[in-house]
Amino acid sequence: MAKSRRGFLKGAAAGAAALAVKPPKARAQQAAPQRGGNATAPPPTDAQLAADTGAGKVAAPPWVIERPGADFMVEVIKTLNIEFVAANPGTSFGGLHESLINHGGNTMPEFLTACHEESAVAMAHGYAKIEGKPMMALLHGTVGIQHASMAIYNAYADRTPVVMIAGNWGAAVQAHNAQDLALMIRDTIKYDDEPKTLAGFADSIMKAYKIAMTPPMGPVLVVLDEQLQEKAITESNLRVPRLSLTQPPQGDAGSVAEAAKLLVNAQSPLITAQRAARTPEGMRLLVELAELLQAPVNSSERMNFPLKHALAGSGGPGYQPDVTLCLEATPARGGRGAKVINISATNLYQKSNFQDEGRYADVDIDMGADAEATLPALIEACRKLITADRKRAFEDRGAKIGEAHRRARAALIEQAAYGWDASPVSLNRLCAELWPLIKNEDWSLVSWEGFIGSWPTRLWNFDKHYQYIGGQGAGGMGYGAPAAVGAALANRKYGRLSVSIQTDGDLNYAPAVLWTAAHHKVPLLTIMHNNRAYHQELMHVQRQAGLSNRGMDKCHIGTTLIDPAIDYATVAKGYGLYSEGPITDPKDLAAAFKRGIERVKKGEPALIDVVTQPR
Amino acid sequence: MTRVLILMAALVSSAFAQSGASAANGKVLFNTKFRCYSCHGFSGQNGPGAKLVPMQMTEAAFMSFVRQPRAPAPGSSPSGQQNRMPAYTAKVLTDAELRDILAYIKILPVGPDAKDIPLLKEAQP
Repeated sequence: MAKSRRGFLKGAAAGAAALAVKPPKARAQQAAPQRGGNATAPPPTDAQLAADTGAGKVAAPPWVIERPGADFMVEVIKTLNIEFVAANPGTSFGGLHESLINHGGNTMPEFLTACHEESAVAMAHGYAKIEGKPMMALLHGTVGIQHASMAIYNAYADRTPVVMIAGNWGAAVQAHNAQDLALMIRDTIKYDDEPKTLAGFADSIMKAYKIAMTPPMGPVLVVLDEQLQEKAITESNLRVPRLSLTQPPQGDAGSVAEAAKLLVNAQSPLITAQRAARTPEGMRLLVELAELLQAPVNSSERMNFPLKHALAGSGGPGYQPDVTLCLEATPARGGRGAKVINISATNLYQKSNFQDEGRYADVDIDMGADAEATLPALIEACRKLITADRKRAFEDRGAKIGEAHRRARAALIEQAAYGWDASPVSLNRLCAELWPLIKNEDWSLVSWEGFIGSWPTRLWNFDKHYQYIGGQGAGGMGYGAPAAVGAALANRKYGRLSVSIQTDGDLNYAPAVLWTAAHHKVPLLTIMHNNRAYHQELMHVQRQAGLSNRGMDKCHIGTTLIDPAIDYATVAKGYGLYSEGPITDPKDLAAAFKRGIERVKKGEPALIDVVTQPR
Repeated sequence: MTRVLILMAALVSSAFAQSGASAANGKVLFNTKFRCYSCHGFSGQNGPGAKLVPMQMTEAAFMSFVRQPRAPAPGSSPSGQQNRMPAYTAKVLTDAELRDILAYIKILPVGPDAKDIPLLKEAQP
């Protein structure tokens, strides 16, 4: 029996073929007892004892369930090719937990211990932005969902797939159960269901995965009754459905042709790309389009475009776009008669907080389509329209943009010297010291650079899709540390060096994700941007105090992390990481970074605490 | 180079001492009371605020810069004025305090030029 089950698992993991699963006869036909219930075990009779011992084999007592429903769930989950499942343990999904680690062999998916549900989901968020597919998070009832809700909102606003399963009806604490568990997050997930049968689970998890991966991608939730996980399988002819993914929608031919005409005839086109390149191919296509048109590319949120490319940026001072092509971006608001072309899958899915889509924009050509999937047709349509005259005009334009780009970079380098020897350490110095140590590695920046002056993209050479994962999505703090761990987890199997420049305020939301990184040997170099404040808010309160004409001497109240200053090296050490700091002299950076990188290259996380200038 | 900077700083400090300005008090005001570092960095060079080092404003220009910074854009909400210098009136910041802050800014080190920093040479376009 055991052998045949392993054989089944092998087949299930490897393929997507529909499979039939029959319940084991003997136990499935018994009244299904509950595991962990109050049933009293009947004492064995003398005859039973004699039979058992005489045969040299002790039968399992009748309340043992060797084939619970969760085993089938695991077999279905394995066909989704999910590498990791992160969870803070909870009784409501205890059955699935046990089957994942025992029946599933704790592989594909491997169980990751998270110390907070927000960390579990944010890890999955970061993972998906590197790997391009979801990992799973398990949530315990109402409390687990509420802990996870911020991370779910971030993933939703960042159009990132996360597959979540929440347990229900299993908690001893009644308040952990709910008649509609998904209700509290339904606005920020793309799909939810609470299947009543194992066959229903198989269908539902397939749908969930498929919908999560259809642009615009997003988090999905399947709610599971504890009993469905723990009771013996009684359903006959259970089947593992075959996963098929929906092709991302392409823009219609007419709109693509119109867009091409506008772009080719434009005097100063601009391409704005936010979540456009879902894959490395998306980045390659965008380079092809930009070079074909000699149009500048303003990229954010993802690695859409190589950042040292001569066409990277907004075209330079005085470059006024007459046509803006927005790719999975908040549409530009035209103005001055400029035309706007918008290609976004978000057009196809209007839900939730509409504010995160930005203000209404007058758009001239609006395609409800996936930008990456539409680029090949758009490139082809443009190519057909380009005449020799237009090509010469493009070349002239490209030369001017390239020169503006070169001048802008030179100005940025000048600024990189500011506060060079200062203590606290300037962020430009921090990033400049780190670059020579990682540039010959296969590196990946797994943190947002919004609060660090964008110095990595100013100083480093970003030209690969996995080298930057963008920000939180909804701007919710507490994302940074767990997303970095998740992204580093995805990078691990490729041998990449993952680096996170971690803001202190963000880490303090759920710092125990450092323990998760240590426990699961996630190679990640975390460098603290320790400005000892919620600095954006400090500046905001200062601005308000200025407007109120009331002085600044109290603005530190509620905005700073001093008295005592937090010793992050000691915090990290407590969680089991190699750590150094606090470093206040910039001359000490390079040696500390080298030691941290050595540890990370051995397959463990390390943290270097650097006390920094505020920005 | 370092010695020249120290000498210049000493001269500037001395000049302000003669005018009654205290760089030492200015340091406290810059870093603690008014938290100028918040937007200009402890260095006077880092952050979203104007680069203050080397100080190129006259005292009168500096006074104007602090008392009457650029007006908000028409129609912008108060909270929408991101990275805009707040106004510091004489009610909250006296002229004497302002002179102390200026004296402190003038002794903050300028630092090396980018062209003299080997680590930045490679980043040059």
